[in-house]
Amino acid sequence: MSAVFAAPRDFSSLRNFLWWVPRAAILGALAFVIFGPLLNMLVWTVAERWYFPHTLPIDYGFSYWGRVFSPRGNALQSLVASISIALFTVAGSLALAIPAGYALARLKLPLRGIVLLAFLLPQAFPNLPVYVNIARLFYEIGLNGTVLGVVLVHVTHGLVYAVWIASAAFSAVDRDLELAARNLGASGLKAFADVTLPLAAPGLMASAIFVFLESLDEFTGSYFVGAPDVTTLPLLLYSAGAGGNYQIASITALLLLVPSIAFMLVVEKFLRADVLAKVGQ
Amino acid sequence: MRDRPTGAVSFTKRFPDKPMARLLGPLLVSPALIIILLLFMLPLAASVIGAFEVEGAYGLGNFTKAYEFYTQDIVFTAVIVGLSALLTGLLAIAIGGYLTLGENPTAVAILRWLYRWPMFIPFIVVGQILRTFLAKSGLFNSTLIALGLIDPLTATSYLDWRGIVIAFVWKQTPFVALMVAGAMASLDRGTIEAARNLGASRLRILVEIIVPQVTTTLLVGLVLSFVTMMGVLSVPLMINAQAPTMITADIAFRLNTYRDYGVANALGLISLAISGVAAWFYLRVNMRQGR
Repeated sequence: MSAVFAAPRDFSSLRNFLWWVPRAAILGALAFVIFGPLLNMLVWTVAERWYFPHTLPIDYGFSYWGRVFSPRGNALQSLVASISIALFTVAGSLALAIPAGYALARLKLPLRGIVLLAFLLPQAFPNLPVYVNIARLFYEIGLNGTVLGVVLVHVTHGLVYAVWIASAAFSAVDRDLELAARNLGASGLKAFADVTLPLAAPGLMASAIFVFLESLDEFTGSYFVGAPDVTTLPLLLYSAGAGGNYQIASITALLLLVPSIAFMLVVEKFLRADVLAKVGQ
Repeated sequence: MRDRPTGAVSFTKRFPDKPMARLLGPLLVSPALIIILLLFMLPLAASVIGAFEVEGAYGLGNFTKAYEFYTQDIVFTAVIVGLSALLTGLLAIAIGGYLTLGENPTAVAILRWLYRWPMFIPFIVVGQILRTFLAKSGLFNSTLIALGLIDPLTATSYLDWRGIVIAFVWKQTPFVALMVAGAMASLDRGTIEAARNLGASRLRILVEIIVPQVTTTLLVGLVLSFVTMMGVLSVPLMINAQAPTMITADIAFRLNTYRDYGVANALGLISLAISGVAAWFYLRVNMRQGR
């Protein structure tokens, strides 16, 4: 950076220096558009009173944080509901996706292409009409408004990522290592448990995190199947915002943001290029 | 699947004719498939059938009602999502193009770090933060006022169709740009360098050499975004739920207020059809390229 901003000595460095004017303007505008909304949210989380036409809040404070985290506040309840639903969803998705992903990567499977495509379908249609009819179905069998109902909806949605990433993770494991274990006398199940599964673990971890976040952030399915009996964080955010309580809505938004951003910063550690290259093959 | 070294034991060799080996694959896949079948295919079929169900009989009554009440919203949805996809595509090309052709490593590095942020932010949060950002007294207007770019008296809220478009483009651009930039990075540098040596401007290289070679990737990204945007409920509910609004908000309203599954499903089928048109468009361009 210092070289860039050093006093221009000759024509080419002057030219380079002048180019920073449009570059800085465009990058600055982009940074404002990306971080401005996030900054606005952060200001709302500590605003006590803020209304038009004031540019900035009239009072600052943390009283809304106290309300969100008070033992009787419904935010803490939603946080617990959201995290437990997400954990159940991860457990359910992985329990289904590990065998399915292994079979897709390693075993003889008739109509393999169609099976892979079937797991992609939930991404290829707008979800809303499907959720509406799941809600109708669940209503008839008493699953509407239950945690199990919401978990089932999230598992279906999460299976897309879980199966595709798990299959890619198993494909990326060197087959010769499994065969070596088998040659040394390990049973098929033991070779899988001791060799294949540990080697595929980082990819499976990535799919678990992905499914966790998808469940944590899911709104539409929870809105139709869960509300008003099961209140997840996104549903709380929506109802707080709809009621005009932007402080609670912004604090909830921040709670949802932290895990997503943290994942963005570490995703490359879990999803290695060799696994990514196998997705969809 | 690649060839195995001869002499190694494989599943098929070890259990040459046992039905177990042939059944194991389908057996392991079936639980996950059953979930998709019961909780995706079945409700999808129910939504198609339900759209034609009028008080116990089959007919087009739901569609006439949907046409009567919601024509404006159907057009509004198609225009909003189409416009968002168009803007997303243009921005993704611009970002990918600069990442590929940019000559200043510092600026390229800053852009690479910057553009991805909105990708992992959930739609519900996007709806909330843009609702505060784009409000009449939001940070967007107050910054423009502070910079002297607009007059405080003419500041308006952007929480109408513009807000929805901005939210969609804000959230979807990084995803499409990531795909497009990846495709651009894997292109042959030789042609680009040759054109550059012959004196072609960078904009011309982008438009005439690079973009034609990444059209397929770009269209895949845009079709996926289009379908995603067609199904998002939170953004229209939070940014602009008054008429005209998007089909998704109408479906929610129809159910919450009247428990009217017929019209809700008809609207759902219309949104599926609009997505279908986008997918058909993609397939057509793709096939023409393959020829």
